[in-house]
Amino acid sequence: MILQAYRLPQGGFIDRNKPLRFRFNGRDLQGYAGDSLASALIANGVHLVGRSFKYHRPRGIFSAGSEEPNALVQLEADARTEPNMRATQIELYEGLSATSQNCWPAVGMDIGAVNNTLSRLLPAGFYYKTFMWPPSWWMKYEHYIRKASGLGVSAHDPDPDFYEHRHAHCDVLVAGGGPAGLGAALAAARAGARVILADEGFQPGGSLLHETTAIDGMPATAWTRHILAELASLPEVSVLTRSTVFGYFDHNFLTIAETVSPHAPRAPRQRIWKVRAQRVVLATGATERPLVFADNDRPGIMLASAARTYVNRYGVRPGNRAVVFTNNDSAYLAALDLHRSGVSIAATVDPRPQANGEIATQVRAAGIRMLSGQVVVRARGTRHVNAAEIMRYENGRTAGAVERVDCDLLCISGGWSPAVHLFSQSKGRLRYDETLTSFVPAASAQAEQSAGAARGVYALADCISDGYAAGSQAATACGLSPAPPLAEPVVDRPSPGTILPLWRVDTDHTRRAKSFVDLQNDVTTADLALAAREGYVSVEHLKRYTTLGMGTDQGKTSNINGLAILAEINAAQIPAVGTTTFRPPYTPVTLGALAGAEVGPHFDPVRASAMHGWHQQAGARFINAGLWKRPQFYPHPGESLQQTINREVLAVRRRAGLVDVSTLGKIDIKGRDACVFLERVYTNRWRNLAVGKARYGLMLREDGMVFDDGTTTRIAEEHFLMTTTTANAVRVMSTLEYWLQVHWRDLDVRLTSVTEQWAAMALAGPASRKVLARVASADVGDDALPYLGYREMDVAGFPARVFRISFSGELAYEINVPADYGLAVWEALLEAGQSSGITPYGTEAMAVLRIEKGHIAGMELDGRTTPADLGLEKMIAADKDCIGKRSLALPALAAADRKQFVGLVTTDGRSAIPRGAQLVADSGHPLPNPILGHVTSTCHSPTLERPIALALLSRGRERYGEKLYAMSPLTGANMQVEVAHHVFYDPEGKRLRGC
Amino acid sequence: MMLIKCPHCGARAVTEFTYGGAAEIARPADPVGVSDAQWTDYVYMRDNPRGVHDEVWQHSAGCRRWIAVRRNTLTHDVIATADPGKLPHR
Repeated sequence: MILQAYRLPQGGFIDRNKPLRFRFNGRDLQGYAGDSLASALIANGVHLVGRSFKYHRPRGIFSAGSEEPNALVQLEADARTEPNMRATQIELYEGLSATSQNCWPAVGMDIGAVNNTLSRLLPAGFYYKTFMWPPSWWMKYEHYIRKASGLGVSAHDPDPDFYEHRHAHCDVLVAGGGPAGLGAALAAARAGARVILADEGFQPGGSLLHETTAIDGMPATAWTRHILAELASLPEVSVLTRSTVFGYFDHNFLTIAETVSPHAPRAPRQRIWKVRAQRVVLATGATERPLVFADNDRPGIMLASAARTYVNRYGVRPGNRAVVFTNNDSAYLAALDLHRSGVSIAATVDPRPQANGEIATQVRAAGIRMLSGQVVVRARGTRHVNAAEIMRYENGRTAGAVERVDCDLLCISGGWSPAVHLFSQSKGRLRYDETLTSFVPAASAQAEQSAGAARGVYALADCISDGYAAGSQAATACGLSPAPPLAEPVVDRPSPGTILPLWRVDTDHTRRAKSFVDLQNDVTTADLALAAREGYVSVEHLKRYTTLGMGTDQGKTSNINGLAILAEINAAQIPAVGTTTFRPPYTPVTLGALAGAEVGPHFDPVRASAMHGWHQQAGARFINAGLWKRPQFYPHPGESLQQTINREVLAVRRRAGLVDVSTLGKIDIKGRDACVFLERVYTNRWRNLAVGKARYGLMLREDGMVFDDGTTTRIAEEHFLMTTTTANAVRVMSTLEYWLQVHWRDLDVRLTSVTEQWAAMALAGPASRKVLARVASADVGDDALPYLGYREMDVAGFPARVFRISFSGELAYEINVPADYGLAVWEALLEAGQSSGITPYGTEAMAVLRIEKGHIAGMELDGRTTPADLGLEKMIAADKDCIGKRSLALPALAAADRKQFVGLVTTDGRSAIPRGAQLVADSGHPLPNPILGHVTSTCHSPTLERPIALALLSRGRERYGEKLYAMSPLTGANMQVEVAHHVFYDPEGKRLRGC
Repeated sequence: MMLIKCPHCGARAVTEFTYGGAAEIARPADPVGVSDAQWTDYVYMRDNPRGVHDEVWQHSAGCRRWIAVRRNTLTHDVIATADPGKLPHR
């Protein structure tokens, strides 16, 4: 165990009585409860934590929060591993294990670092320019490019943890638990609002956790505890920690990612909150901007506010000898805090001729060497910064000699940018503020308001007051009385001076060194200049071309610098350049959290018929039909798939078969105008259908294409039962409701979906009548129950609806019973049919039976076929209108060369016709070969003992007997086929009439 | 995620609804009597406004009623909802 050599003897928001062991790159180290992984690493003197994305340059800890571009680690191993985790946000826990990313064999000695030497060959757009030819080689390039660049690796094993989603409603959602957020939550809660306060940190407080100033006479951390205690005492307030508001969507719908375990036992690893808030207060704070100079990416260079955080909040020393480089006064607070903590300040460097704020005066009073009107032009040192090179800065240019100041910590601050991400996601409009040199919220698009640093209010007392006012306003907007007024917080904080914009330090002295704008994506000022020379003026194009602002940090520290430099290069104004679009998520969210509990068997609901258990016991193989599980076939031991299908088909053709058709859509239609309604939605005639009769119906879309088909039965004068295809059941129901509720509101019709209420089975085959007669309470002979007849009776002692309809082409009955009786009736029919050789059959055999009969199904109802295309023009009643009928008269739908429904046989009588094959006249025709049609359904017909297929073929009905070629680039098939009528089996329909 | 006020159930998330296209598209009373151009205009041609748009939605995972929704396609504001044909005049 290594001593925490860089731990300060006292101070910090950590528990020194709770040491925690952890491992980093195989080394056993120690930290304390309350540490982040980053602070624990710094306590142990570890700064080099990773290698950069493209050049494999050594990188260290750059920030102390969610904006971290560099210190990304692979957390844990195997199934629980998570890539690209920000060490600055990982709460240290006992036994934590993490490793560096993008380096091999080790972070200290990395082969890929050769990219840095070769970097002049790797400019912006390098991949686009280099790996273009020949296109087919991209697959090869990609493999190595992916290997050579990139960040962590994702887990390959199934996730052993679980996740959950939670819905919540509140009056006021406060995003961010810093001074403004706490103020807002307090005001809203005091006004009686239901409040959710979400903070991304593992301790709420934000900047208060590293604040050394007293508030109302007590230390900032004590003040924070005081506020949190009051919030905890109010019943309608939820304070969520480790919870990042990562998305702001329409109508105040926000999403929060909460990390739960390993910090809580037997809990989900992460939880996604889906919150609908009446009002939102965005107290997301601000992000400090880096300064851009040569080799500004070296380990030991960090944001000034981060250095403050490490010293004050975590009690660790990020270095021994610091240089502070800043263009504004906030970094002087870091200089003072470091100085107080025993870090020697070698110098402060400031491009302003004279730092004029009160804070700077305190620095001067502390005897710190202040270099005004000067800039750092380059950092020295490779694996750790060891000196800063400083030059004079006059009129925007560097001048004079280079002074070298030794240091092992270089704190930088280029000013602050309000974290407007959530505000922008909410579609709010930004404004560029010249005084603050940053974009700030200008106009809300939703019921939200920004408060504190998130809208450019930086002074601590102002942040608290601003947040409190926002929270009170939010509560008022929810109809509550305003919160009692807050006494102006008393904060002893000297006022800051004005900022001098400094977007990059450009000097001839460092012409060949790299000045990084985007640390995570290795984008340099030279890359931006190159992109500008090549014409990338739009900031969105610049982003795609250079990758500026991409990656896991989405440019939180680089975007504003990048677009300001682009503006400088193009001599444009910053507001004119604008920002790239802010999109969710604010910080990365794991796929496991997004999936939540909807994984494995819970991915989709399952619909199963009343006979499902029987099918399972019979060894059925199932196929998904939407959410339904349908028996595909019932294989016997030793059978091939084809043998099973043949056996099931021939049983239906020769004896009897039983198939579960419960999945067909069933719509109960009642009302005085039920018949009028059917006349309008079906192409054919319904007025003349007698009670107790069924009829096949065809339904069109308004554009004339066939929508669905099925039988509808007149159960009573004003009562019909419609069946639909399995696939279209939901759509048909919804469409019928549409016409009734939107267009035909005068019709007296009631629709009820009864698909789930009835178990349905088809008993088919020449022996079906004999089988049914054994268990039916009524006569099922041809006179009592003729073809397309309907009767109610008992079947096996249960009330049943029996329909004499056939899909197989054989004598057949469809039997519907209330779902609870389905299994009993199914078993009774099998029992009754045993002596007749009854065979259960699945969807495959059903498909073969219908192809032999030339019935249409989903493959032919592809939304491009008219009734005439399918040979069903006789289904259109001449003397009435219906949905879609008028469209059939349009020239395109009546064209002579439309594809028509035909059958195909192979001329050799053996070869299977591949599904999806294209039909051509000449298989040797040079490409493009004119396509005449395509195969829609294909099978081996055990009845005809040859392969057959159905197809849609241009002028198909004129081509019976014509020889064409079926070609399939997928299977390489190329075979001669002969065009035939689409009904292969019993074209006269004698068998289904069964007399 | 939009919040749509179903006139029958109250405010519900958009995921409970199914979009059904533009509202108040009158079906020609005598389809045979209109020209091909008039008919195709009714079947195919729809406005695609940047701004206020009257639509029909079905509360498909709720009461299953079709409702009329006046919505701003740019801001996603739901301005009014009513039974079909009952939206106030604009």
